[in-house]
Amino acid sequence: MNPLRRTTLKSTIALAALAGLLPARVFAAEWNKAAFEAKNVAEALKGLGLGATADSKDIIIKAPEIAESGSNVQIEVTSNIPGTQSITILAEKNPSPLTAVFELSNGAEGYISTRIKMSQTSNVRAIVKAGGKLYTAAREVKVTIGGCGG
Amino acid sequence: MAELTKIRAKMDGNTADIKVLITHIMETGQRKDAKTGQIIPAHFIQNVTAALNGKTVLSAEWSVAIAKNPFLGFKAKGAKTGDKIVISWEDNKGNKDTAEETIK
Repeated sequence: MNPLRRTTLKSTIALAALAGLLPARVFAAEWNKAAFEAKNVAEALKGLGLGATADSKDIIIKAPEIAESGSNVQIEVTSNIPGTQSITILAEKNPSPLTAVFELSNGAEGYISTRIKMSQTSNVRAIVKAGGKLYTAAREVKVTIGGCGG
Repeated sequence: MAELTKIRAKMDGNTADIKVLITHIMETGQRKDAKTGQIIPAHFIQNVTAALNGKTVLSAEWSVAIAKNPFLGFKAKGAKTGDKIVISWEDNKGNKDTAEETIK
């Protein structure tokens, strides 16, 4: 293989990406395996490339105090931080804590509602990216019967 | 075949309230088959996108910990009645679906 050609190809692709010529999203390839398969919060955050987060009262997590079944826990995250770009949700004590990453754009509000599985009582943590900075809040959900195994 | 992806989109002031319900097993890869004792392989949705009039408003990556038959609610500012919302998803086995709904 010609190394020069390789480099040139790489730079061409990088340039095309910069210029927005490549499709913005390619499914599947985008799934962050390292972060999603991480076994603890610190590793998951590392996998996502997220650094230090600041606690914020402007992130509101609505979740049941006690979930009878961990297989279906309703979670609602509202970020009142202006310019919210993404909301990441982690169930801290799940075998793999990272649950979901939602990137918001073109007028999407800082709001996500979903249902998650929790293996045991744990903090549900939300991390919000806004204006290039990271903010976080957590809320404990007590789980009576875990919902990850079976 | 029944629809896999159902969307409800309604205006609430100048914000569209969008609710999505997907029929999917969301298998964690941690459960054992009661008969064979074998681990049931993970089968779950990994990527979900939402577009409003062709513009991406939401792009999500999911883990196995999103509950079975996933529910997703989000809000889009500046939308109006008659706008088109398109939801697409793909799972770890390459199955995918796209659904479209008009905002009411």
